[in-house]
Amino acid sequence: MSRASWYRIVLLAAFLAVLELCCRLGLIDRSAVIPPTEMIAGARDALSVAATRHGILLTLESVFASIVLSVTAGIATGLALHRLPRVHRALDPFLASYYAVPTFIFYPVFIVLFGLNRWPLVAIGFVFSVVAVVINTLDGLSRVPRALVRTALALRLSRAQTIIYVTFPAAMPWLLTGVKLAIAYSFIGVIAGEFVLSNEGLGHIIAFAYNSFENPTMYGLILVLFVIVGGINMAIWSQERRIYERRGGR
Amino acid sequence: MKQATVHARLGAVTKTFAAAVPPIHALGPVTLDLYQGEFFSVVGPSGCGKSTLLDVLAGLTLPSEGTVEFEGMLVRGTVPDGVGIVFQEDASFPWLNVYDNAAFGLRRKGIAETEVRQRVEHTLSFMGLMPFAKAYPAQLSGGMRQRLCIARTLVLRPRILLLDEPFGALDQQTRLLMGDELLKLWRETDATIFLITHSLDEAVLLSDRIGVMSTRPGRIIDLVETKWPSERDSRIVSDPTFGKLTARIWENLRDQSRKAIGLAS
Repeated sequence: MSRASWYRIVLLAAFLAVLELCCRLGLIDRSAVIPPTEMIAGARDALSVAATRHGILLTLESVFASIVLSVTAGIATGLALHRLPRVHRALDPFLASYYAVPTFIFYPVFIVLFGLNRWPLVAIGFVFSVVAVVINTLDGLSRVPRALVRTALALRLSRAQTIIYVTFPAAMPWLLTGVKLAIAYSFIGVIAGEFVLSNEGLGHIIAFAYNSFENPTMYGLILVLFVIVGGINMAIWSQERRIYERRGGR
Repeated sequence: MKQATVHARLGAVTKTFAAAVPPIHALGPVTLDLYQGEFFSVVGPSGCGKSTLLDVLAGLTLPSEGTVEFEGMLVRGTVPDGVGIVFQEDASFPWLNVYDNAAFGLRRKGIAETEVRQRVEHTLSFMGLMPFAKAYPAQLSGGMRQRLCIARTLVLRPRILLLDEPFGALDQQTRLLMGDELLKLWRETDATIFLITHSLDEAVLLSDRIGVMSTRPGRIIDLVETKWPSERDSRIVSDPTFGKLTARIWENLRDQSRKAIGLAS
């Protein structure tokens, strides 16, 4: 393990120890925040309930669907816009101002379109994350060195071979950034949707615990969420770091 | 010159970039025969259309007028089989190690892995890169990366090798050594070599013939034959003929270069 990793672990452990101490000494009101050890116990208790595990599974399924759809559609759209520079220029202002629109307002429209099931939440996650993938794909494709594209022509590669073997690998760091954002935004979209608009899933269970003053359950499930999202992001981050190291930052 | 068979032919080729405002007449007309197995270099002032000439010859771009032939076949905007190109910029694939970079073109052609290994190992050994087969381009020097790009082209056994200022980014000592390597490679492969360079020394040292280009629109204004023996290396710079040839080219090029930077009309 690298020295930086050890520093991270020490910092995290120190933060948790300070939080534990502040809660136990009454420096932080326990009705607001509970000690981390009680959060862990709350998570263990919540996970022992089958309905909670089912809710988490539902959320993960919806998030997964949102990620797959947004990454696929985002990369395909980015590729199409890169090949159609006039359309790209026409859409640029919309892409730039996209996140000024609160996508949650479309929830009623999605219910009308998809019915009262999980798909409106998937759609919320999708519309929240897809444009981040499009923007990063466009950014990555525009940074592919011209010499590499010319090399593909010189090696007589077909258009599909050029995209698969040259363009995508060259743009990979930016594509991965898009994937990372898609994961984060899909989690935010789906869980926030469940929190406010749904009657099932992890977001709903956390909201229910909050409204019922069940702090151990609420914090326990927030901890579970942190572990899931943090784990996924750390896995992608380590992959990204390997790519950067191999390329010497290129 | 090894043989006098025409290997590639440019027939009154011009190139105008019509989309530019105003349109840019970048090249020509250029008429030129490249002979089988010769080492031909092109020198000219900056922006005279040397790289455009290479692009047209390679089939990377279509000429506005005129014809390009390679081995008797018309070149129509795609790179023909048997043509290898090495660019000035570092075009190694940073996500592949040296071995996989060199094997890239062969694998895309669907060549059997045993033959890929044989050809790649031979070429990497020849280019002095075998000890670095598992290294990534980021771990190599600029000269080694350029050798890798040449190796990636060589494994495909091109019959004509087009080099667009491949040593442009290297220091003078490395350039001289790379020049020696290139001559060794030329003798070993028997390929025709077409080199674009802005270095007069490099052109005179390496070439059988040198084409001197005018300012834009670039035309060949002089063809210089060096008559060097094929068994030559960078020590040829001490030969008195080397200075005479360089002086002759510079005499032609000086006025063109002054025009190119706006010192003469």
